[in-house]
Amino acid sequence: MSDGAQPPVKARGLVKRYKEVLAVDHIDLNVRAGDVYGFLGPNGAGKTTTLRMALGLIVPSEGTVELFGRDPLREGARALEGVAGFVEAPRFYPYLSARKNLELLAALDGDGADGRIGEVLEIVELTPRAGHRVGGFSHGMRQRLGIAAALLRRPRLLILDEPATGLDPAGMRDMRLLIRRLADDGITVLLSSHQLPEVQELCDRVAIVDSGRVVYEGALAELRRQGGAGYRLRSTDDARALEIARTAPGVEHVLASEQGVGFQADEPHVGALSLALAQAGIGILALTPELATLEDLFFRLTEQDAEAARPGLDGARPSAANGAPAHGERLVEAQ
Amino acid sequence: MSSVAGAQSVPARALRGPRRPSTLIVYRWELRKLASQKRTYMGLGLAALLPLIFVVSQLVRGHPPRGADSIFASEIFQSGLATPVLMLTFLAPFFLPLIATLVAGDIVATEDSNGTLKTILTRSVDRGQVFAAKAGAAMTYGLTAVYVSAAVATVAGVSAWGFHSVRTLSGTTVSAQKALLLVVAANACFLIPLLTIVCIGVLLSTITRNSAAAIVGTLGVTLILAIVQQIPGLEGLHPYLLTTQYFAWQGLLRTPTDWAPILHSLWVCALYAVPALFAGYLVFLRRDVAGG
Repeated sequence: MSDGAQPPVKARGLVKRYKEVLAVDHIDLNVRAGDVYGFLGPNGAGKTTTLRMALGLIVPSEGTVELFGRDPLREGARALEGVAGFVEAPRFYPYLSARKNLELLAALDGDGADGRIGEVLEIVELTPRAGHRVGGFSHGMRQRLGIAAALLRRPRLLILDEPATGLDPAGMRDMRLLIRRLADDGITVLLSSHQLPEVQELCDRVAIVDSGRVVYEGALAELRRQGGAGYRLRSTDDARALEIARTAPGVEHVLASEQGVGFQADEPHVGALSLALAQAGIGILALTPELATLEDLFFRLTEQDAEAARPGLDGARPSAANGAPAHGERLVEAQ
Repeated sequence: MSSVAGAQSVPARALRGPRRPSTLIVYRWELRKLASQKRTYMGLGLAALLPLIFVVSQLVRGHPPRGADSIFASEIFQSGLATPVLMLTFLAPFFLPLIATLVAGDIVATEDSNGTLKTILTRSVDRGQVFAAKAGAAMTYGLTAVYVSAAVATVAGVSAWGFHSVRTLSGTTVSAQKALLLVVAANACFLIPLLTIVCIGVLLSTITRNSAAAIVGTLGVTLILAIVQQIPGLEGLHPYLLTTQYFAWQGLLRTPTDWAPILHSLWVCALYAVPALFAGYLVFLRRDVAGG
């Protein structure tokens, strides 16, 4: 199979142990060519460790990872052909200018990368600061320089770990646009991010990790579909509507919020609830279908996973389709 | 951020293999990094300063040191070429190893702690190339420090006391031209134990991931060996101690040339240097780069 036919990232049974700590627990990843693949998880979930293993920076305790069919551990730099990016914050030599840093990295890339320095500086809009020492750069400028350093390699796969961290709103928007453009140009992007709206906007497939394990991997649209359709009800008497909804058959996860009453149900049960409300003399002001956001689903998956891991519970892994209440709603309920 | 022109279509990339950079390119960049750091010049500046201080202080004093146990101490007023030899005697046991260790102990560890190791290890060079380049750069720095010190001592000595013939350790006299060649050769021989110390420094830099620990550790190793050299009853170990090899170059200053201590120094130092360098290489190849 040629390079082009191999998946950009294929991880199988990746494990990383640090003495007693299991940082990554049998992670499988499948990033396909052309994906903008979101890699999500709470802090300490094992995302960065996984990315470091993918780039050959960390030796897995078990399992394998291949980039375009090549194992970085066995093949070294050859496995990183066509691969670029950074894990955690991009780091540079503070005593060298931005241009000198890129010259160094271009020298380590070979393949005429030095001829692209001006071009990539232009892309990230650092040309006016190219002669300045990186030691004086802001975090956001270093992030942009990190992107420039990655683009020097003309990557087919771009691995970005929190690229928008430290950027101002305009910088975050520009970063999103840049990633979108790169993806449109055929570059596969593996994006680790805490910015869930950013992931929802950019990514077509996601993996969600928690406590070192993948709790969901697949299409974002499928995850949202599995998350189930929810409804938001505003009525003339929300308090009574809440009581009726809680006892209505087929209506689940009924929660009050400032925006009204939220619940999940299929269409026949929504119809039955409407009738029950009318019979009780409650007027329906609005009944709005709501698709679960990535943020809702992320908290459902990661927080339920933490619940399952608590002593005394059976530890069964929750499925992506379970219908636990969303994070924001749970906070309202607690009040 | 403006339009994306850095991307290239997949088929074009797949068709041709990229040209990989050579280890020489990586080595040159290691030297350029060293040349861009102020502390690099601090070490070299000290290597240059001490001979100057010595020459100026002798000029002010106006007579050779009394009771000096080195023949060159009494010779310095006869010929400026005795100065670099005497300075090598003074600086070899501690000062030049210290300067070399400042870079050798730092060269891997500082990149690890700053996070730049991950930056260069995700480019198109193998870990072995990076390690070789770093070890080579550290050795080059040690070599530079030795010859900067020797050059300054020679120029200062000759300026103060002239370019004249010198007496050797055997009591014979050699011409100024030959004495100059002997100065170059003696410093080259001193590089054998010095580069061995560099190898130990690179190993500790790789293992400890901490510049200070690596520098102190390397100096600690040399100090321990120096202490062992002073312990009565351990005389049998002396020929195999690294610190004993610091003065093997003096074989060059005898007539006829005594090659035995130099050849001995070569293989004894190899016993220290080769395992240290190989262990450092193996650790570097398999280590987790988790810093930064």
